Amino acid sequence: MRRRLQGRRVVICAGSGGVGKTTTSAALAMGLAAAGQRVAVVTIDPAKRLANSLGLAELDNEPRLVAPDRFAGHGIEMHGELWAMQLDAKQTFDELVAGLSPDDAARDDVLANRIYQQLSSAVAGSQEFTAVAKLYELDRSGRFDVLVLDTPPSRNALDFLDAPDRLTGFLEGRALKVFLAPTGLAAKVAAAGTSVVFGVLRRLTGVDLLNDLSVFFRSLSGLVDGFKERAEGVKALLGDPATTFLIVSSPEREAVEEAIFFHGKLAEHGMPFGGLVVNRVHALDGAAGEADAAALQAALGASLAGKVGRAYAEERALAERDAAAIERLRAETGDAAPVLVPQLAGDVHDIDGLVAIHAHLFGLARAVVVPAAAP
Amino acid sequence: MAETAAPASAAAVAAGLLRKPLVVVTGKGGVGKSTVAAALGLAAARRGLRTIIAEVARRDDVSRVLGGTGVHEDELAPGLHHISIDPEEAMEEYLVDQLPTRALADVLLSSRGFSYFAAATPGLRELLTVGKVWELAQEDRRTPGAAPYDLVILDAPATGHGVAVLSAPRTFADATLMGRIARQGRIIDAMLSDPAQTGVVAVARPEEMPVNETLALEAALPDAVGVKIDLVVANGLLPDRFDAADVRALEAAPPSRPVRAAFVAHARARAQRAQLARLRRRAEAPVVTLPFVSAGMLDAPAIEPLVRALERAV
Repeated sequence: MRRRLQGRRVVICAGSGGVGKTTTSAALAMGLAAAGQRVAVVTIDPAKRLANSLGLAELDNEPRLVAPDRFAGHGIEMHGELWAMQLDAKQTFDELVAGLSPDDAARDDVLANRIYQQLSSAVAGSQEFTAVAKLYELDRSGRFDVLVLDTPPSRNALDFLDAPDRLTGFLEGRALKVFLAPTGLAAKVAAAGTSVVFGVLRRLTGVDLLNDLSVFFRSLSGLVDGFKERAEGVKALLGDPATTFLIVSSPEREAVEEAIFFHGKLAEHGMPFGGLVVNRVHALDGAAGEADAAALQAALGASLAGKVGRAYAEERALAERDAAAIERLRAETGDAAPVLVPQLAGDVHDIDGLVAIHAHLFGLARAVVVPAAAP
Repeated sequence: MAETAAPASAAAVAAGLLRKPLVVVTGKGGVGKSTVAAALGLAAARRGLRTIIAEVARRDDVSRVLGGTGVHEDELAPGLHHISIDPEEAMEEYLVDQLPTRALADVLLSSRGFSYFAAATPGLRELLTVGKVWELAQEDRRTPGAAPYDLVILDAPATGHGVAVLSAPRTFADATLMGRIARQGRIIDAMLSDPAQTGVVAVARPEEMPVNETLALEAALPDAVGVKIDLVVANGLLPDRFDAADVRALEAAPPSRPVRAAFVAHARARAQRAQLARLRRRAEAPVVTLPFVSAGMLDAPAIEPLVRALERAV
């Protein structure tokens, strides 16, 4: 992993929900920080216990330094700095608006608008956009050597890659402005079709919503150029050679399909693919060999040997399923040696858990052995 | 107290669940929500209920499990239908139904201004999606010639967004004070916020994060939507085979892969039991467990144990 991340300034962990993205991001950031870099990990929805275990009562929208002594006694020598924050989409959006507004009145107009309030927190894509916008801001600040982003649990990988484009396209809303202001000059240029549309909409939705939208776009008009510029910057950052996307998956079918889909989208968008991390792999313990049924029965008695036999058969079946999934991921993404992290007994929300994951990510733990994939 | 009462009330709640016209299945990503929705659908259909499972946001997970054709309202198993709701299509269907002529609907649908309006209006996609779910649950269907269903099972998006979908009609009705959509939003909201008409099944794995999220959902749902969780399904429960004496015997046994595998399975099963106990202690809704199903590809035979477990629970 260290080799893969050599010279990278921005590491984006993507993948479907429930595959351990947040933990992977945190363990990755911890490993890079331990090696001497100043690292900030931007998480979206961390477990409270993860924040607690890092000694941060609450994560908020500003990076907080994790006290280096947190790692003492856990086998980690912290040579750099680990910072952590939790993205607050609404606050980030508000700050962006404040930063881009020409004056306080313009800012207040936008912030007070009902449409804006819904848009900034609820609409699909706003979390994706604010995540990359925050990344861009942190990157520009020069405070960190490496940024690790734990992406929103978005179903559609496209949401993330297209967020800058879609949001600016939407905010520009030129066509909408024309059609929402059917008085004055706009009315004269508006086609007959447009006024039909407007009339129908007024019947369906009432005038309030249309007025709100109209006010929203008018008050935003002063900010649009700034937004566009920011979105351009964000897009450039996503495609920058110093940026890399890690795809995090589990061997579950849904996660695998999502990972393959996302890999295809990365290639389509010309975004740099840094490799695969497969979490929750059921491995076979390579250290101890097979024992036949007779030997087990002699050592444990028939009843217990039977239970052990069933547990082993199930573990083997899972390990074989996982091996097949990993093989498919290898073939489809072209990553010949994905980083494998074994299924751990409990959830990973404490420093020891992070250290264990980190050991697998950075090749410090015994390699995970999976059986040969079934033909 | 809650623990001893849980089995009886779980049965009562689950039985009442299938009498509601709409059951929403929700949960964190990766917990097996679609599998549970499919299993619940099969259990209901076998009880003689004409059932449809509705998926949203272009997902076809249920259809993949049960081998559907992707055609709208196709029958996956006797009495069990499936639909994948696409907001764009739902919008078209809505406009065609609401406007006097098809031509007028086409003008709207091809208008750039309208597409901006649709994109700009917060919650419109969610409203259209949930509006279609509502339509499916009506005795008198808007879709010409469509037969009514006894039960609609909504395979909702992962929890956070699931709440957004359910609260969309209310959000929308509040934002547009007048107009036809606001009125319709209030009608839909009246159904979604009525515990007699809308049931909620929260699916969790017996693991820390899914349990946390389920508890958070249970706390948020009454205010956000007006209904509560009727049933929590703890999915993917591993067998807990080894007692303390077994573990001592295993520790004394010569190390081998099977013995190691037994320890690994034991540790995982214990961790699950601890989370399950926490879920049972903290959740107000009754909790039923479903066994872990190991299969590379989930299909109808593979989820049969889940269907039977749910049939027993209801």
